[in-house]
Amino acid sequence: MLHLFAMLVAATTGVLIFAGGLVTSTESGLSVPDWPNTYGHFMFFFPLEKMVGGIRYEHTHRLIASTVGFLIMVLAAWLWRSETRQWVRRLGYIALAAVITQGILGGITVLWYLPDPISIAHASLAQIVFCLTMTIALVTSPGWKRAYASNGPAPDDRMLQRVAAVTTGLIYLQIVVGATMRHTGAGLAIPDFPLMFGQLIPPHWDPKIAIHFAHRVGAVIVSLSILATTGHVFYHHRTRSELRRPSMLLLVLLTTQVTLGALTVLSQKEFIVNSLHVVTGASVLVTSLVLTLRAHRARFAAGARRADASTSANTRLGRLAGDHA
Amino acid sequence: MHPLVRLFACAALSLAAISVACGGGKSEESAAPAAAAPVTNPVDPATASVITGAVTLQGTPPPNPPINMGSDPYCMKLGAATTPVFVVSDDNGLENVFVYVKDGLGNLKFPVPTSPVVLDQKGCAYTPRVFGIQVGQSLDIVNSDETLHNVHALPMANREFNRGQALQGMKYTTTFTAPEVMLPFKCDVHKWMNAWVGVLEHPFYSVSGKAGMFALAGLPPGSYTIEAWHEKLGAQTQQVTIGPKESKKISFVFKV
Repeated sequence: MLHLFAMLVAATTGVLIFAGGLVTSTESGLSVPDWPNTYGHFMFFFPLEKMVGGIRYEHTHRLIASTVGFLIMVLAAWLWRSETRQWVRRLGYIALAAVITQGILGGITVLWYLPDPISIAHASLAQIVFCLTMTIALVTSPGWKRAYASNGPAPDDRMLQRVAAVTTGLIYLQIVVGATMRHTGAGLAIPDFPLMFGQLIPPHWDPKIAIHFAHRVGAVIVSLSILATTGHVFYHHRTRSELRRPSMLLLVLLTTQVTLGALTVLSQKEFIVNSLHVVTGASVLVTSLVLTLRAHRARFAAGARRADASTSANTRLGRLAGDHA
Repeated sequence: MHPLVRLFACAALSLAAISVACGGGKSEESAAPAAAAPVTNPVDPATASVITGAVTLQGTPPPNPPINMGSDPYCMKLGAATTPVFVVSDDNGLENVFVYVKDGLGNLKFPVPTSPVVLDQKGCAYTPRVFGIQVGQSLDIVNSDETLHNVHALPMANREFNRGQALQGMKYTTTFTAPEVMLPFKCDVHKWMNAWVGVLEHPFYSVSGKAGMFALAGLPPGSYTIEAWHEKLGAQTQQVTIGPKESKKISFVFKV
Protein backbone atom coordinates (compact mmCIF):
# COMPACT_ATOMS: atom_id res chain seq x y z
CA MET A 1 0.00 0.00 0.00
CA LEU A 2 2.83 2.37 0.90
CA HIS A 3 4.51 1.56 -2.40
CA LEU A 4 1.32 2.30 -4.34
CA PHE A 5 0.96 5.61 -2.54
CA ALA A 6 4.60 6.44 -3.25
CA MET A 7 3.97 5.66 -6.93
CA LEU A 8 1.01 8.02 -6.89
CA VAL A 9 3.15 10.76 -5.34
CA ALA A 10 5.87 10.25 -7.96
CA ALA A 11 3.35 10.31 -10.81
CA THR A 12 1.76 13.49 -9.44
CA THR A 13 5.19 15.06 -9.24
CA GLY A 14 5.64 14.29 -12.94
CA VAL A 15 2.32 15.97 -13.69
CA LEU A 16 3.47 18.97 -11.67
CA ILE A 17 6.63 19.25 -13.75
CA PHE A 18 4.51 19.23 -16.92
CA ALA A 19 2.29 21.95 -15.43
CA GLY A 20 5.41 23.97 -14.57
CA GLY A 21 6.60 23.53 -18.14
CA LEU A 22 3.28 24.92 -19.36
CA VAL A 23 3.73 27.99 -17.15
CA THR A 24 7.11 28.87 -18.64
CA SER A 25 6.16 27.81 -22.17
CA THR A 26 3.16 30.16 -22.13
CA GLU A 27 5.14 32.87 -20.29
CA SER A 28 2.45 32.93 -17.63
CA GLY A 29 4.77 32.96 -14.63
CA LEU A 30 3.81 36.48 -13.60
CA SER A 31 0.14 36.36 -14.56
CA VAL A 32 -0.61 35.99 -10.85
CA PRO A 33 1.42 38.80 -9.29
CA ASP A 34 0.91 37.89 -5.64
CA TRP A 35 1.95 34.84 -3.62
CA PRO A 36 0.87 32.79 -1.69
CA ASN A 37 -2.50 34.41 -2.43
CA THR A 38 -3.98 34.66 -5.92
CA TYR A 39 -5.27 38.15 -6.68
CA GLY A 40 -5.90 38.57 -2.98
CA HIS A 41 -7.87 35.31 -2.67
CA PHE A 42 -6.76 32.40 -0.53
CA MET A 43 -5.39 30.04 -3.17
CA PHE A 44 -8.02 27.34 -2.86
CA PHE A 45 -10.93 29.80 -2.91
CA PHE A 46 -9.92 31.61 -6.11
CA PRO A 47 -13.05 31.63 -8.31
CA LEU A 48 -12.86 29.23 -11.23
CA GLU A 49 -14.46 31.73 -13.62
CA LYS A 50 -11.52 34.05 -13.02
CA MET A 51 -9.03 31.50 -14.25
CA VAL A 52 -8.51 33.15 -17.61
CA GLY A 53 -5.52 33.65 -19.88
CA GLY A 54 -2.18 32.97 -18.26
CA ILE A 55 -3.81 32.61 -14.82
CA ARG A 56 -5.11 29.18 -15.87
CA TYR A 57 -1.57 27.85 -16.18
CA GLU A 58 0.00 29.62 -13.19
CA HIS A 59 -2.83 29.04 -10.75
CA THR A 60 -3.29 25.40 -11.83
CA HIS A 61 0.44 24.91 -11.30
CA ARG A 62 0.11 26.30 -7.79
CA LEU A 63 -2.87 24.04 -7.01
CA ILE A 64 -1.06 20.93 -8.25
CA ALA A 65 2.07 22.00 -6.36
CA SER A 66 0.06 22.32 -3.15
CA THR A 67 -1.40 18.87 -3.74
CA VAL A 68 2.06 17.38 -4.30
CA GLY A 69 3.31 19.13 -1.16
CA PHE A 70 0.45 17.64 0.84
CA LEU A 71 0.99 14.17 -0.64
CA ILE A 72 4.71 14.28 0.18
CA MET A 73 3.85 15.35 3.72
CA VAL A 74 1.59 12.30 4.04
CA LEU A 75 4.28 10.11 2.48
CA ALA A 76 6.92 11.35 4.93
CA ALA A 77 4.56 10.73 7.85
CA TRP A 78 3.73 7.27 6.54
CA LEU A 79 7.40 6.39 6.21
CA TRP A 80 8.08 7.73 9.69
CA ARG A 81 5.28 5.57 11.11
CA SER A 82 5.80 2.33 9.26
CA GLU A 83 9.17 2.14 7.49
CA THR A 84 11.81 0.13 9.34
CA ARG A 85 14.81 1.29 7.26
CA GLN A 86 16.12 4.50 8.73
CA TRP A 87 17.64 5.74 5.48
CA VAL A 88 14.29 5.39 3.69
CA ARG A 89 12.59 7.36 6.45
CA ARG A 90 15.26 10.02 5.98
CA LEU A 91 14.55 10.13 2.26
CA GLY A 92 10.96 10.99 3.20
CA TYR A 93 12.08 13.85 5.41
CA ILE A 94 14.41 15.19 2.72
CA ALA A 95 11.64 14.97 0.13
CA LEU A 96 9.41 16.99 2.44
CA ALA A 97 12.13 19.60 3.06
CA ALA A 98 12.86 19.76 -0.67
CA VAL A 99 9.24 20.27 -1.69
CA ILE A 100 8.80 23.01 0.94
CA THR A 101 11.97 24.71 -0.32
CA GLN A 102 10.65 24.29 -3.85
CA GLY A 103 7.40 26.02 -2.92
CA ILE A 104 9.27 28.90 -1.33
CA LEU A 105 11.51 29.24 -4.40
CA GLY A 106 8.38 29.31 -6.55
CA GLY A 107 6.96 32.10 -4.43
CA ILE A 108 10.18 34.08 -4.38
CA THR A 109 10.60 33.86 -8.13
CA VAL A 110 7.11 35.37 -8.60
CA LEU A 111 7.62 38.13 -6.04
CA TRP A 112 11.05 39.02 -7.48
CA TYR A 113 9.84 38.96 -11.11
CA LEU A 114 11.46 35.70 -12.21
CA PRO A 115 15.17 36.33 -11.61
CA ASP A 116 17.06 33.77 -13.67
CA PRO A 117 19.06 32.09 -10.84
CA ILE A 118 15.94 31.45 -8.76
CA SER A 119 13.84 30.31 -11.69
CA ILE A 120 16.64 27.96 -12.79
CA ALA A 121 17.01 26.63 -9.23
CA HIS A 122 13.21 26.15 -9.05
CA ALA A 123 13.34 24.09 -12.24
CA SER A 124 16.40 22.13 -11.07
CA LEU A 125 15.08 21.39 -7.58
CA ALA A 126 11.86 20.13 -9.16
CA GLN A 127 13.91 17.36 -10.76
CA ILE A 128 15.42 16.45 -7.40
CA VAL A 129 11.98 16.27 -5.82
CA PHE A 130 10.90 14.00 -8.67
CA CYS A 131 14.02 11.84 -8.16
CA LEU A 132 13.32 11.63 -4.43
CA THR A 133 9.69 10.57 -4.83
CA MET A 134 10.67 8.07 -7.52
CA THR A 135 13.44 6.68 -5.32
CA ILE A 136 11.03 6.24 -2.44
CA ALA A 137 8.57 4.52 -4.76
CA LEU A 138 11.34 2.21 -5.96
CA VAL A 139 12.82 1.25 -2.60
CA THR A 140 9.39 0.55 -1.11
CA SER A 141 8.51 -1.78 -4.00
CA PRO A 142 8.23 -5.56 -3.42
CA GLY A 143 10.82 -6.19 -6.14
CA TRP A 144 13.42 -3.99 -4.44
CA LYS A 145 12.74 -5.60 -1.08
CA ARG A 146 13.21 -9.05 -2.60
CA ALA A 147 16.41 -7.77 -4.21
CA TYR A 148 14.97 -8.95 -7.54
CA ALA A 149 15.93 -12.44 -6.37
CA SER A 150 13.47 -14.24 -8.65
CA ASN A 151 16.09 -13.88 -11.40
CA GLY A 152 18.90 -15.08 -9.16
CA PRO A 153 21.13 -12.90 -6.98
CA ALA A 154 21.27 -9.24 -8.07
CA PRO A 155 24.44 -8.66 -10.12
CA ASP A 156 27.20 -6.58 -8.59
CA ASP A 157 28.56 -5.21 -11.87
CA ARG A 158 30.88 -2.31 -11.01
CA MET A 159 31.15 -1.19 -14.62
CA LEU A 160 27.37 -0.93 -15.00
CA GLN A 161 27.09 0.84 -11.66
CA ARG A 162 29.63 3.44 -12.74
CA VAL A 163 28.33 4.06 -16.24
CA ALA A 164 24.71 4.21 -15.07
CA ALA A 165 25.54 6.65 -12.27
CA VAL A 166 27.55 8.85 -14.63
CA THR A 167 24.68 8.79 -17.14
CA THR A 168 22.19 9.87 -14.50
CA GLY A 169 24.50 12.70 -13.42
CA LEU A 170 24.96 13.81 -17.02
CA ILE A 171 21.20 13.81 -17.62
CA TYR A 172 20.70 15.99 -14.57
CA LEU A 173 23.38 18.42 -15.74
CA GLN A 174 21.78 18.49 -19.18
CA ILE A 175 18.43 19.36 -17.59
CA VAL A 176 20.04 22.18 -15.60
CA VAL A 177 21.56 23.54 -18.83
CA GLY A 178 18.12 23.18 -20.44
CA ALA A 179 16.54 25.09 -17.57
CA THR A 180 19.17 27.79 -17.95
CA MET A 181 18.43 27.99 -21.67
CA ARG A 182 14.72 28.15 -20.99
CA HIS A 183 14.83 30.84 -18.34
CA THR A 184 17.36 33.06 -20.10
CA GLY A 185 15.29 33.05 -23.28
CA ALA A 186 17.89 31.17 -25.31
CA GLY A 187 15.51 28.50 -26.62
CA LEU A 188 15.55 29.89 -30.13
CA ALA A 189 19.00 31.50 -30.01
CA ILE A 190 19.92 28.93 -32.66
CA PRO A 191 16.85 28.94 -34.87
CA ASP A 192 17.50 25.94 -37.11
CA PHE A 193 17.91 22.20 -36.58
CA PRO A 194 19.89 19.96 -36.98
CA LEU A 195 22.38 22.53 -38.34
CA MET A 196 23.19 25.74 -36.51
CA PHE A 197 22.80 28.83 -38.71
CA GLY A 198 23.25 26.41 -41.60
CA GLN A 199 26.57 25.11 -40.26
CA LEU A 200 27.87 22.44 -37.92
CA ILE A 201 29.26 25.07 -35.54
CA PRO A 202 27.58 28.46 -35.04
CA PRO A 203 29.45 31.10 -37.07
CA HIS A 204 28.93 33.76 -34.38
CA TRP A 205 28.56 33.66 -30.64
CA ASP A 206 26.84 35.39 -27.78
CA PRO A 207 25.91 34.08 -24.31
CA LYS A 208 22.51 32.80 -25.45
CA ILE A 209 23.93 30.99 -28.46
CA ALA A 210 26.58 29.47 -26.18
CA ILE A 211 23.94 28.17 -23.74
CA HIS A 212 21.84 26.78 -26.56
CA PHE A 213 24.90 25.18 -28.17
CA ALA A 214 25.87 23.63 -24.81
CA HIS A 215 22.40 22.07 -24.57
CA ARG A 216 22.74 20.52 -28.03
CA VAL A 217 26.23 19.22 -27.30
CA GLY A 218 24.89 17.94 -23.99
CA ALA A 219 22.17 16.06 -25.85
CA VAL A 220 24.79 14.24 -27.92
CA ILE A 221 26.86 13.38 -24.83
CA VAL A 222 23.82 12.18 -22.89
CA SER A 223 22.62 10.11 -25.85
CA LEU A 224 26.00 8.39 -26.13
CA SER A 225 26.06 7.80 -22.40
CA ILE A 226 22.58 6.30 -22.43
CA LEU A 227 23.52 4.09 -25.38
CA ALA A 228 26.60 2.91 -23.48
CA THR A 229 24.55 2.09 -20.38
CA THR A 230 21.71 0.34 -22.14
CA GLY A 231 24.15 -1.44 -24.48
CA HIS A 232 25.98 -2.79 -21.45
CA VAL A 233 22.70 -4.01 -19.95
CA PHE A 234 21.56 -5.70 -23.15
CA TYR A 235 24.95 -7.34 -23.67
CA HIS A 236 25.70 -8.48 -20.12
CA HIS A 237 22.38 -8.60 -18.27
CA ARG A 238 19.69 -9.27 -20.83
CA THR A 239 18.08 -11.90 -18.57
CA ARG A 240 17.66 -9.40 -15.74
CA SER A 241 14.23 -7.92 -16.37
CA GLU A 242 14.70 -5.30 -13.61
CA LEU A 243 17.57 -3.85 -15.70
CA ARG A 244 16.35 -4.65 -19.19
CA ARG A 245 12.95 -2.95 -18.83
CA PRO A 246 14.17 0.47 -17.69
CA SER A 247 16.87 0.26 -20.37
CA MET A 248 14.28 -0.25 -23.07
CA LEU A 249 12.13 2.52 -21.64
CA LEU A 250 15.18 4.76 -21.50
CA LEU A 251 15.83 4.26 -25.21
CA VAL A 252 12.20 5.01 -26.09
CA LEU A 253 12.23 8.13 -23.91
CA LEU A 254 15.55 9.28 -25.34
CA THR A 255 14.25 8.98 -28.91
CA THR A 256 11.08 10.86 -27.94
CA GLN A 257 13.07 13.52 -26.12
CA VAL A 258 15.46 14.20 -29.02
CA THR A 259 12.47 14.41 -31.38
CA LEU A 260 10.69 16.82 -29.05
CA GLY A 261 13.83 18.93 -28.73
CA ALA A 262 14.03 19.24 -32.51
CA LEU A 263 10.31 19.99 -32.76
CA THR A 264 10.60 22.65 -30.06
CA VAL A 265 13.03 24.57 -32.26
CA LEU A 266 11.26 23.86 -35.54
CA SER A 267 7.83 24.80 -34.12
CA GLN A 268 9.19 28.05 -32.67
CA LYS A 269 8.61 26.75 -29.14
CA GLU A 270 5.00 25.62 -29.54
CA PHE A 271 3.92 25.50 -25.92
CA ILE A 272 2.62 21.90 -25.73
CA VAL A 273 5.68 20.53 -27.54
CA ASN A 274 7.93 22.65 -25.34
CA SER A 275 6.26 21.44 -22.14
CA LEU A 276 6.37 17.81 -23.27
CA HIS A 277 10.10 18.27 -23.84
CA VAL A 278 10.42 19.35 -20.19
CA VAL A 279 8.48 16.46 -18.71
CA THR A 280 10.06 13.88 -21.02
CA GLY A 281 13.47 15.12 -19.91
CA ALA A 282 12.41 14.56 -16.32
CA SER A 283 11.18 11.08 -17.24
CA VAL A 284 14.54 10.26 -18.84
CA LEU A 285 16.23 11.34 -15.61
CA VAL A 286 14.12 9.25 -13.25
CA THR A 287 14.24 6.21 -15.54
CA SER A 288 18.01 6.41 -15.58
CA LEU A 289 17.95 6.84 -11.81
CA VAL A 290 15.82 3.72 -11.39
CA LEU A 291 18.24 1.78 -13.60
CA THR A 292 21.19 3.12 -11.61
CA LEU A 293 19.66 2.21 -8.26
CA ARG A 294 18.72 -1.26 -9.46
CA ALA A 295 22.26 -1.72 -10.77
CA HIS A 296 23.44 -0.87 -7.25
CA ARG A 297 20.91 -3.17 -5.55
CA ALA A 298 23.53 -5.75 -4.59
CA ARG A 299 25.58 -3.07 -2.86
CA PHE A 300 22.53 -1.91 -0.91
CA ALA A 301 22.13 -5.49 0.28
CA ALA A 302 25.81 -5.65 1.23
CA GLY A 303 25.46 -2.36 3.07
CA ALA A 304 22.44 -3.66 4.93
CA ARG A 305 24.30 -6.85 5.88
CA ARG A 306 27.21 -4.75 7.15
CA ALA A 307 24.77 -2.58 9.10
CA ASP A 308 23.09 -5.68 10.55
CA ALA A 309 26.46 -7.16 11.46
CA SER A 310 27.48 -3.89 13.06
CA THR A 311 24.21 -3.72 15.01
CA SER A 312 24.62 -7.34 16.16
CA ALA A 313 28.21 -6.71 17.20
CA ASN A 314 27.18 -3.61 19.14
CA THR A 315 24.43 -5.57 20.79
CA ARG A 316 26.84 -8.35 21.73
CA LEU A 317 29.36 -5.83 23.04
CA GLY A 318 26.59 -4.15 24.99
CA ARG A 319 25.55 -7.44 26.50
CA LEU A 320 29.17 -8.25 27.30
CA ALA A 321 29.58 -4.84 28.90
CA GLY A 322 26.37 -5.43 30.78
CA ASP A 323 27.60 -8.83 31.92
CA HIS A 324 30.81 -7.24 33.13
CA ALA A 325 28.81 -4.53 34.80
CA MET B 1 23.62 8.56 7.19
CA HIS B 2 23.07 6.47 4.06
CA PRO B 3 25.11 7.75 1.07
CA LEU B 4 21.97 8.10 -1.08
CA VAL B 5 20.27 10.19 1.58
CA ARG B 6 23.39 12.34 1.90
CA LEU B 7 23.52 12.88 -1.88
CA PHE B 8 19.92 14.07 -2.11
CA ALA B 9 20.24 16.29 0.95
CA CYS B 10 23.37 17.98 -0.37
CA ALA B 11 21.86 18.53 -3.82
CA ALA B 12 18.67 20.09 -2.48
CA LEU B 13 20.41 22.31 0.06
CA SER B 14 23.02 23.50 -2.44
CA LEU B 15 20.41 24.47 -5.00
CA ALA B 16 18.38 26.42 -2.50
CA ALA B 17 21.40 28.22 -1.08
CA ILE B 18 22.92 29.09 -4.46
CA SER B 19 19.65 30.36 -5.88
CA VAL B 20 18.83 32.62 -2.95
CA ALA B 21 22.40 33.90 -2.78
CA CYS B 22 22.49 34.69 -6.50
CA GLY B 23 18.92 35.80 -6.96
CA GLY B 24 18.79 39.07 -5.16
CA GLY B 25 15.57 40.91 -4.68
CA LYS B 26 13.96 43.88 -6.23
CA SER B 27 11.69 45.92 -4.09
CA GLU B 28 8.17 46.74 -5.18
CA GLU B 29 7.45 50.09 -6.77
CA SER B 30 5.85 52.42 -4.28
CA ALA B 31 2.22 53.16 -5.00
CA ALA B 32 2.57 56.69 -3.61
CA PRO B 33 3.87 59.21 -6.15
CA ALA B 34 6.91 61.20 -5.08
CA ALA B 35 6.27 64.85 -4.39
CA ALA B 36 7.55 66.98 -7.28
CA ALA B 37 9.98 69.73 -6.42
CA PRO B 38 8.67 73.15 -7.55
CA VAL B 39 10.36 74.26 -10.75
CA THR B 40 9.41 77.27 -12.83
CA ASN B 41 9.23 76.95 -16.59
CA PRO B 42 12.64 77.97 -17.94
CA VAL B 43 11.24 78.74 -21.41
CA ASP B 44 10.38 82.34 -22.24
CA PRO B 45 6.91 82.19 -23.87
CA ALA B 46 7.84 85.22 -25.99
CA THR B 47 10.55 83.25 -27.81
CA ALA B 48 9.08 79.73 -27.66
CA SER B 49 9.02 77.81 -30.91
CA VAL B 50 7.28 74.79 -32.29
CA ILE B 51 8.32 71.80 -34.35
CA THR B 52 5.52 70.07 -36.21
CA GLY B 53 5.49 67.37 -38.79
CA ALA B 54 4.30 64.00 -39.90
CA VAL B 55 5.52 60.44 -39.76
CA THR B 56 4.86 58.46 -42.88
CA LEU B 57 5.31 54.86 -43.88
CA GLN B 58 6.83 53.95 -47.22
CA GLY B 59 5.90 50.56 -48.59
CA THR B 60 3.14 48.11 -47.79
CA PRO B 61 3.25 46.91 -44.20
CA PRO B 62 2.48 43.30 -43.35
CA PRO B 63 -1.06 42.80 -42.07
CA ASN B 64 -1.43 43.31 -38.35
CA PRO B 65 -1.49 39.91 -36.63
CA PRO B 66 -4.92 38.72 -35.47
CA ILE B 67 -5.40 38.31 -31.74
CA ASN B 68 -6.71 35.03 -30.39
CA MET B 69 -8.65 36.06 -27.31
CA GLY B 70 -10.01 32.57 -26.73
CA SER B 71 -8.27 32.27 -23.40
CA ASP B 72 -10.66 34.79 -21.81
CA PRO B 73 -14.41 34.60 -22.52
CA TYR B 74 -14.87 38.28 -21.62
CA CYS B 75 -12.29 39.41 -24.16
CA MET B 76 -13.50 36.95 -26.78
CA LYS B 77 -17.02 38.35 -26.78
CA LEU B 78 -15.61 41.78 -27.65
CA GLY B 79 -15.09 40.49 -31.18
CA ALA B 80 -12.20 39.94 -33.55
CA ALA B 81 -9.20 42.20 -33.18
CA THR B 82 -5.71 42.66 -34.53
CA THR B 83 -2.56 43.88 -32.82
CA PRO B 84 -2.24 47.51 -33.96
CA VAL B 85 1.43 47.37 -34.91
CA PHE B 86 0.94 49.40 -38.10
CA VAL B 87 -1.81 51.99 -37.95
CA VAL B 88 -1.55 53.76 -41.29
CA SER B 89 -3.83 56.41 -42.75
CA ASP B 90 -4.85 56.68 -46.42
CA ASP B 91 -2.06 59.18 -47.06
CA ASN B 92 0.50 56.84 -45.45
CA GLY B 93 0.59 58.66 -42.10
CA LEU B 94 1.89 56.32 -39.40
CA GLU B 95 0.28 56.49 -35.97
CA ASN B 96 1.68 55.52 -32.57
CA VAL B 97 5.17 56.85 -33.22
CA PHE B 98 6.77 58.48 -30.18
CA VAL B 99 8.52 61.69 -31.25
CA TYR B 100 10.60 63.55 -28.68
CA VAL B 101 13.55 65.81 -28.05
CA LYS B 102 16.38 63.41 -27.43
CA ASP B 103 19.12 65.98 -26.95
CA GLY B 104 19.72 69.75 -26.95
CA LEU B 105 17.95 71.00 -23.83
CA GLY B 106 21.15 71.14 -21.80
CA ASN B 107 20.60 71.44 -18.07
CA LEU B 108 17.17 73.02 -18.23
CA LYS B 109 14.77 71.78 -15.59
CA PHE B 110 11.06 71.67 -16.29
CA PRO B 111 8.09 71.63 -13.94
CA VAL B 112 6.41 68.28 -13.44
CA PRO B 113 2.74 68.38 -14.46
CA THR B 114 0.34 67.89 -11.58
CA SER B 115 -2.23 66.13 -13.72
CA PRO B 116 -1.70 62.39 -14.03
CA VAL B 117 -1.28 60.43 -17.22
CA VAL B 118 -3.84 57.63 -17.48
CA LEU B 119 -3.13 54.17 -18.86
CA ASP B 120 -6.39 52.32 -19.24
CA GLN B 121 -6.99 48.62 -19.69
CA LYS B 122 -10.09 48.69 -21.81
CA GLY B 123 -11.45 46.16 -24.27
CA CYS B 124 -8.56 43.86 -23.32
CA ALA B 125 -6.07 46.35 -24.73
CA TYR B 126 -3.96 49.16 -23.33
CA THR B 127 -5.17 52.66 -24.14
CA PRO B 128 -3.07 54.47 -25.21
CA ARG B 129 -0.66 51.94 -26.67
CA VAL B 130 2.19 54.48 -26.89
CA PHE B 131 2.45 57.50 -24.64
CA GLY B 132 4.83 59.82 -22.83
CA ILE B 133 5.25 60.97 -19.27
CA GLN B 134 7.66 63.09 -17.28
CA VAL B 135 9.88 61.82 -14.52
CA GLY B 136 7.96 62.29 -11.27
CA GLN B 137 4.58 62.73 -12.96
CA SER B 138 1.81 60.46 -11.70
CA LEU B 139 0.71 57.56 -13.85
CA ASP B 140 -2.76 56.22 -13.07
CA ILE B 141 -3.22 52.67 -14.30
CA VAL B 142 -6.88 51.73 -14.31
CA ASN B 143 -8.86 48.64 -15.20
CA SER B 144 -12.05 49.42 -17.10
CA ASP B 145 -12.65 45.80 -18.04
CA GLU B 146 -14.88 43.25 -16.35
CA THR B 147 -11.96 40.84 -16.21
CA LEU B 148 -8.63 40.56 -14.42
CA HIS B 149 -5.48 42.19 -15.65
CA ASN B 150 -1.98 42.38 -14.32
CA VAL B 151 0.08 45.36 -15.34
CA HIS B 152 3.71 44.44 -15.57
CA ALA B 153 6.29 47.15 -16.26
CA LEU B 154 9.62 45.93 -17.61
CA PRO B 155 11.99 48.86 -17.25
CA MET B 156 15.75 49.02 -17.55
CA ALA B 157 16.38 52.24 -15.61
CA ASN B 158 13.35 52.31 -13.30
CA ARG B 159 11.93 49.82 -10.82
CA GLU B 160 10.05 46.86 -12.18
CA PHE B 161 6.53 46.32 -10.90
CA ASN B 162 3.75 43.84 -11.44
CA ARG B 163 0.30 44.68 -10.10
CA GLY B 164 -2.83 42.63 -10.24
CA GLN B 165 -6.11 44.40 -10.92
CA ALA B 166 -8.79 41.83 -10.33
CA LEU B 167 -11.79 44.13 -10.38
CA GLN B 168 -13.23 46.70 -12.75
CA GLY B 169 -12.44 50.24 -11.60
CA MET B 170 -9.26 49.38 -9.72
CA LYS B 171 -6.54 52.02 -9.96
CA TYR B 172 -2.83 51.94 -9.26
CA THR B 173 -0.80 55.13 -9.18
CA THR B 174 2.92 55.21 -9.63
CA THR B 175 5.75 57.45 -10.82
CA PHE B 176 9.03 56.89 -12.61
CA THR B 177 12.29 58.13 -11.18
CA ALA B 178 14.57 58.06 -14.23
CA PRO B 179 14.24 58.90 -17.91
CA GLU B 180 13.76 55.84 -20.11
CA VAL B 181 12.76 55.55 -23.76
CA MET B 182 10.85 53.28 -24.20
CA LEU B 183 9.62 51.42 -21.14
CA PRO B 184 7.39 48.46 -22.02
CA PHE B 185 4.28 47.22 -20.24
CA LYS B 186 2.67 43.87 -20.68
CA CYS B 187 -0.19 41.89 -19.28
CA ASP B 188 0.86 38.33 -18.47
CA VAL B 189 -2.78 37.24 -18.31
CA HIS B 190 -3.50 38.42 -21.86
CA LYS B 191 -0.29 37.97 -23.81
CA TRP B 192 -1.38 40.24 -26.66
CA MET B 193 -1.61 43.33 -24.42
CA ASN B 194 1.42 45.60 -24.76
CA ALA B 195 2.09 49.29 -24.26
CA TRP B 196 5.15 51.54 -24.25
CA VAL B 197 5.83 54.75 -22.36
CA GLY B 198 8.59 57.26 -23.02
CA VAL B 199 9.76 58.68 -19.69
CA LEU B 200 11.47 62.06 -20.08
CA GLU B 201 12.71 64.88 -17.91
CA HIS B 202 10.97 67.45 -20.11
CA PRO B 203 7.58 67.90 -21.74
CA PHE B 204 8.72 67.93 -25.38
CA TYR B 205 7.25 64.75 -26.72
CA SER B 206 4.35 63.76 -28.89
CA VAL B 207 2.76 60.61 -30.23
CA SER B 208 1.82 60.68 -33.90
CA GLY B 209 -1.91 60.61 -34.35
CA LYS B 210 -4.20 60.77 -37.35
CA ALA B 211 -2.24 61.07 -40.61
CA GLY B 212 0.94 60.64 -38.58
CA MET B 213 0.88 64.25 -37.34
CA PHE B 214 2.84 65.38 -34.28
CA ALA B 215 3.82 68.67 -32.62
CA LEU B 216 6.51 69.65 -30.12
CA ALA B 217 5.37 73.02 -28.83
CA GLY B 218 6.92 75.55 -26.43
CA LEU B 219 10.54 74.77 -27.25
CA PRO B 220 13.23 77.30 -26.49
CA PRO B 221 15.29 78.35 -29.53
CA GLY B 222 18.23 76.02 -30.14
CA SER B 223 19.56 72.97 -31.92
CA TYR B 224 17.96 69.66 -31.10
CA THR B 225 18.18 65.99 -31.83
CA ILE B 226 14.65 64.80 -32.51
CA GLU B 227 13.97 61.07 -32.38
CA ALA B 228 11.00 59.14 -33.69
CA TRP B 229 10.43 55.66 -32.25
CA HIS B 230 8.15 52.95 -33.57
CA GLU B 231 7.55 49.64 -31.77
CA LYS B 232 8.44 47.55 -34.82
CA LEU B 233 10.49 49.80 -37.05
CA GLY B 234 12.92 51.15 -34.48
CA ALA B 235 14.11 54.74 -34.17
CA GLN B 236 15.24 57.55 -36.45
CA THR B 237 16.83 60.85 -35.49
CA GLN B 238 17.11 64.28 -37.09
CA GLN B 239 19.01 67.44 -36.23
CA VAL B 240 16.78 70.50 -36.13
CA THR B 241 17.70 74.12 -35.38
CA ILE B 242 14.96 76.63 -34.59
CA GLY B 243 15.08 80.30 -33.83
CA PRO B 244 12.86 82.42 -31.58
CA LYS B 245 9.11 82.11 -32.27
CA GLU B 246 9.86 79.93 -35.24
CA SER B 247 7.60 77.17 -36.50
CA LYS B 248 9.45 74.44 -38.31
CA LYS B 249 8.11 71.41 -40.15
CA ILE B 250 9.98 68.15 -40.30
CA SER B 251 9.06 64.69 -41.44
CA PHE B 252 10.10 61.15 -40.64
CA VAL B 253 9.79 58.40 -43.21
CA PHE B 254 9.85 54.78 -42.07
CA LYS B 255 10.25 52.05 -44.65
CA VAL B 256 8.97 48.48 -44.65
